[in-house]
Amino acid sequence: MPRLSGAQIIIHQLERHGIRTVTGIPGGANLPLYDALADTTAIRHVLARHEQGAGFIAQGMARSTGRPAVCFATSGPGATNVLTALADAYLDSIPLVCITGQVPRSLLGTDAFQEVDTYGMSMPITKHNYLARSAAELLTMVPKALRLAGSGRPGPVLIDVPKDVQTEVVEFAAWPEPCPTADHRPGDEQAIAQAAAMINGATRPILYLGGGVIHAGAAAAARQLAEQAAIPAVMTLMGLGILPSDHPLSLGMLGMHACRATNLAMEECDVLIAAGVRFDDRATGRISAFCPNAKVIHVDIDASEIGKLRPADAGITSDAGRAFAGLLPLIRPRRRGQWNERIRQLRRDFPCFPAQNFAPGKPFQLIRRIAELAGPEALISTDVGKHQMWVAQAYPFTAPRQLLTSGGLGTMGFGLPAAIGASLAFPGRPVVCFSGDGSLQMNIQELATAVEQQTPVRIVVLNNRSLGLVRQQQRLFYDQRYFASSYGIAVDFATIARGFGMRAFDLDGAAEPDRLLRQAMAEPGPCLINVPIDIEEEVTPMVPPGAANTTMIGDDYARN
Amino acid sequence: MPATDTDRAAATPSGSTTILRLTVNNHPGVMLQICGLFARRAFNLEGIFCTAIGRGDTSRIWLTVDAADRLDQVVKQLAKLEDVLAVEDRADARDRVEAMAAMMGRIG
Repeated sequence: MPRLSGAQIIIHQLERHGIRTVTGIPGGANLPLYDALADTTAIRHVLARHEQGAGFIAQGMARSTGRPAVCFATSGPGATNVLTALADAYLDSIPLVCITGQVPRSLLGTDAFQEVDTYGMSMPITKHNYLARSAAELLTMVPKALRLAGSGRPGPVLIDVPKDVQTEVVEFAAWPEPCPTADHRPGDEQAIAQAAAMINGATRPILYLGGGVIHAGAAAAARQLAEQAAIPAVMTLMGLGILPSDHPLSLGMLGMHACRATNLAMEECDVLIAAGVRFDDRATGRISAFCPNAKVIHVDIDASEIGKLRPADAGITSDAGRAFAGLLPLIRPRRRGQWNERIRQLRRDFPCFPAQNFAPGKPFQLIRRIAELAGPEALISTDVGKHQMWVAQAYPFTAPRQLLTSGGLGTMGFGLPAAIGASLAFPGRPVVCFSGDGSLQMNIQELATAVEQQTPVRIVVLNNRSLGLVRQQQRLFYDQRYFASSYGIAVDFATIARGFGMRAFDLDGAAEPDRLLRQAMAEPGPCLINVPIDIEEEVTPMVPPGAANTTMIGDDYARN
Repeated sequence: MPATDTDRAAATPSGSTTILRLTVNNHPGVMLQICGLFARRAFNLEGIFCTAIGRGDTSRIWLTVDAADRLDQVVKQLAKLEDVLAVEDRADARDRVEAMAAMMGRIG
């Protein structure tokens, strides 16, 4: 009969469920867990430099593979530091299991050293959370947490484990049977038939595809549906990659920073096929004016998303893969010459990428050049800000899970640790992190982790010495009263990277910037590339927050 | 639990409320889960009764909620909670819940 401590049970269960990498930071309250981890060779531990970094490293693994990833943090500040990464995973439905240390049971509720109510604080930002009250219950709790995180609508799960539960020794007869995988509802046949009739009868349909399609592994089916019935498709930030950027039916990203033609096409749509999306305000603009003439088909595995913000004429509670599988045989092949010609006309009238955006030194030119050098296999992470939107607009994505970006929470500091996680999961693939000078400074300590682990991430810093999107909003909506949005000092990121032992390149004043770029992208190990960007480069077009998506300002076509 | 006219008056339910009956896992965090959900999603919660049932593994929770305010969303969000085993719309139990509410009000 196995006789193990709570900490050993956790490590064994992680190992038994296929976890091969764990990231985190030890501290007083999770030392027994680390002591047990030291005994296994099956799990590699990646020591982060900040618990938020650990959370995002785990996210990088989870987002790039689609499988749950695990991070550890100690009690108190360790737990509060990791909360941002949990909230981020919650809003983007990323499977994460976070195991935190807690003060011993006898001290719970006494304001003990490094005690916070981790259970209470994590409740609104996790799919589910546990406070382990005995070592015995960890036997089933750990597998359940992994299953919950990865099944249905994925999300983060937290297990808070008091120190004396970690050390408590229990004897048990046998390891529990593996948890049954969650049943995926096939979706109601009647709703699918109704949706199919709506699609077949539509004149100007549009597919509106989001992260849920990627979580369901349904990108190929989505593409088949689009092609079979010649339906143009828009993607959310989380959905980029479902259709390759250059696919004739792809209209790219919708919403606040969409191409003008994309938002205008949606205005004319008569049937909106929304799948794996949640009608986020950054995507829809003012919801009452979103696709005003369209009937809505809404596919989501989470029943509470259907009708949450926009009533659905046909609601299919199912993962996108099963819903598409049900729909495809019922959808009549169509060419929709008129509708697709109308869209081509819109795109001719309002080209997404005017030639001047690709002049040397312009963000689009840089992003496209890096894409060429990185190749189609590259995994791309971004931070949050102007560079993120430029990447979303201009990077030639070819596959789902290629872009790792903080969509719902919009967390600056996401990019570097997420890139490290992606590189740990796919050591053979190039990984590029597009960051900004503001974002990079929010988790810059993880440069040390990248060097220590020798994860070959290329960090491209689009450096405009400002909080660019904040400054842009001050310019557009606050009478150009710039306040607290630019930095008073020039940080030398190349020198800082070198201080961490990382190769670094600075394109500032470089005689042959392209040669430097090529050299940097060919580096075998991690490296940083600083690229000065004009502070006045803006993200356009832009839908003002709260406005209808057809109100786009800032670009050459805007009448403002 | 028969209700008298006085009891009904004491409970003063608004006309647009309904009753939800939940079966939940019984552990110290479950009430926080339910109340936290109503607070953060800005759903109205007029009343709550909770007690352990059976051998104490599960609890029964009676909720008086606003029937007009996104009831469908309330039910779906409650059903999503891992610790919630069942959600039933029990408008038929209104009289008994009101009687219980009145009794709660009388207990000194």
